[in-house]
Amino acid sequence: MLTIKEIKNILLNSDRLLTEKLAGEAKSITEQFFGRTISLYTPIYLSNYCSSHCTYCGFNSHNKIKRIKLSLEEMRREMEKVSATGIEHILLLTGESYEATPLEYLKAAVNAAKEYFSVISLEVHPMETAEYRELFSSGVDGITIYQETYDSIRYKEVHLSGKKSDYNFRLNAPERAAAAGMRYITLGILLGLSDAAEDLLELFRHLEYMEKTYPGVEYSLSFPRLRNIKGKEFARSDIDDITLFKIICLARINFPRVGINLSTRENQNMRDNLLGIGVTRMSAGSNTSVGGYDINPANSQEPQFDIKDSRSAEAIMALLKAKGFDPILTDWRSINRQQ
Amino acid sequence: MENVRNNPAENVDDKPLIIADTIFNNRFFLGTGKFKSKQELETCIKKTGIEIVTVALRRIDLERHEENILEYIPHSVKLLVNTSGARNAEEAIRIARISKEAGYGNWVKIEIMNDSKYLLPDNNETIKATEILSKEGFVVLPYMFPDLYAARELVKAGAATVMPLGSFIGSNQGLKAEEFIKVLINEIDLPIIVDAGIGSPSQAAYAMEIGADAVLVNTAIATASDPVSIARAFSLAVEAGRLAYLGKLPKEKNKGNASSPLSGFLYE
Repeated sequence: MLTIKEIKNILLNSDRLLTEKLAGEAKSITEQFFGRTISLYTPIYLSNYCSSHCTYCGFNSHNKIKRIKLSLEEMRREMEKVSATGIEHILLLTGESYEATPLEYLKAAVNAAKEYFSVISLEVHPMETAEYRELFSSGVDGITIYQETYDSIRYKEVHLSGKKSDYNFRLNAPERAAAAGMRYITLGILLGLSDAAEDLLELFRHLEYMEKTYPGVEYSLSFPRLRNIKGKEFARSDIDDITLFKIICLARINFPRVGINLSTRENQNMRDNLLGIGVTRMSAGSNTSVGGYDINPANSQEPQFDIKDSRSAEAIMALLKAKGFDPILTDWRSINRQQ
Repeated sequence: MENVRNNPAENVDDKPLIIADTIFNNRFFLGTGKFKSKQELETCIKKTGIEIVTVALRRIDLERHEENILEYIPHSVKLLVNTSGARNAEEAIRIARISKEAGYGNWVKIEIMNDSKYLLPDNNETIKATEILSKEGFVVLPYMFPDLYAARELVKAGAATVMPLGSFIGSNQGLKAEEFIKVLINEIDLPIIVDAGIGSPSQAAYAMEIGADAVLVNTAIATASDPVSIARAFSLAVEAGRLAYLGKLPKEKNKGNASSPLSGFLYE
């Protein structure tokens, strides 16, 4: 494992040749283990109710935004719309509200999603093992849960109240999800929230621990950059494109077989150029507003974050093919559902 | 150029490879992952006269929403569905049954890996799955770590072949497990198909020279700049290796054979 000094030396180094060298190494490893394929998924936001107060997030409970929670009928309309684009892997998201979006609500959403998609992941509040197990049995294949920052002091500063302010409960959530049988687990840090090098090292350590403890899980990493919501400034540092690029290369070099996601928070130029360097999974045709695909397409509400790449799933698939990548839509089907 | 292969059996005294009563004249098997397009995969199959390909059920869109990979595999080619993604015997069995129900036949390549870092096959679980699926009438080709005891258990469990890894899957490292594969070649009476880690045509030829019955390649072809050329090179190499094996290639010698320094005195 790299030391903190080595990571800092790489991230802060202004030598262009070093960046090129990292990219070459990362590209070669990615090609070896993933070939020329990119898996695609699309997020559906089910609810923006939230009982936590995270200073950087547009959904936080202190923000005076219109709160929406999709009904079963509304979810189905959203799912039908996304499914029509050919997407098979869906990521269902909610704000972190145990009251507004309890386990039963999530299970109902998963049951609906099964009719439209072959892979279902959830990005919701952290839960207990038994609850994850129920979700797994219902047909959930993967859990996405970002620690945001591994700096526990900084964590307290930005997660002011609600369940999310419990650092340890969140930290141990991936392990509980793995114990419950989840097949895919995505970890991540919110870049800009704290010291990037320190967070990256802790993320690597966390992943290394997970790989040793639950080797059967397929892990992925995400590196979202903090975007400002409503003009407020919450970032501690600005993570520029070069730093993000190096972080993705370092993740690939240190974890050759781990998936790396890139969301539509990143602009077209970054996304197109990061293809094949380390990224193996991209969101496509994303809308980060609740009901944004069919129910409230007019953007009558605040999204969780601003999308920088608004190309449709169809356009992304065409781009991938033009660049010599096979867009992978079907990469798993929940065999639990066949029982 | 269309199919350039010649059947070694036509040239020398060879028998075709037979797996569960099916005859294969081409001993080069292809994996279908990692290609940059399905058209390229199709061209590789057609230009090399491949007779059997393995496809992960996880990559087949059973509902056919997208361009389905199976549309790019000629009907004349034997489809060997694999259980990639299975973490234990139970999951592999379930995948095999889904595949059969979906109409993809009763041939299955068991792949069970409960380690996403090294992707090493779990022999114990593979034996369990092989036993159950064989009893259900499946033709089972198990991917395994080259361990003699496990191979013997697979034979008892009803496997149709044994498919030991040459080295880490996708690594292009070649026959790191050479000595152990030789043990299987010597001791196991089923066809031995070297399945993972073969990274170059010369490595494939070598696997055949030492007596493997067939070789399965994927990454080295799918990730090459020109997969079609590389696929043809592999096909020719497998054939060359087979001929070398049949012709009983003389052993490599370090130096010229001098006299008989140890026993020569007896004849003086």
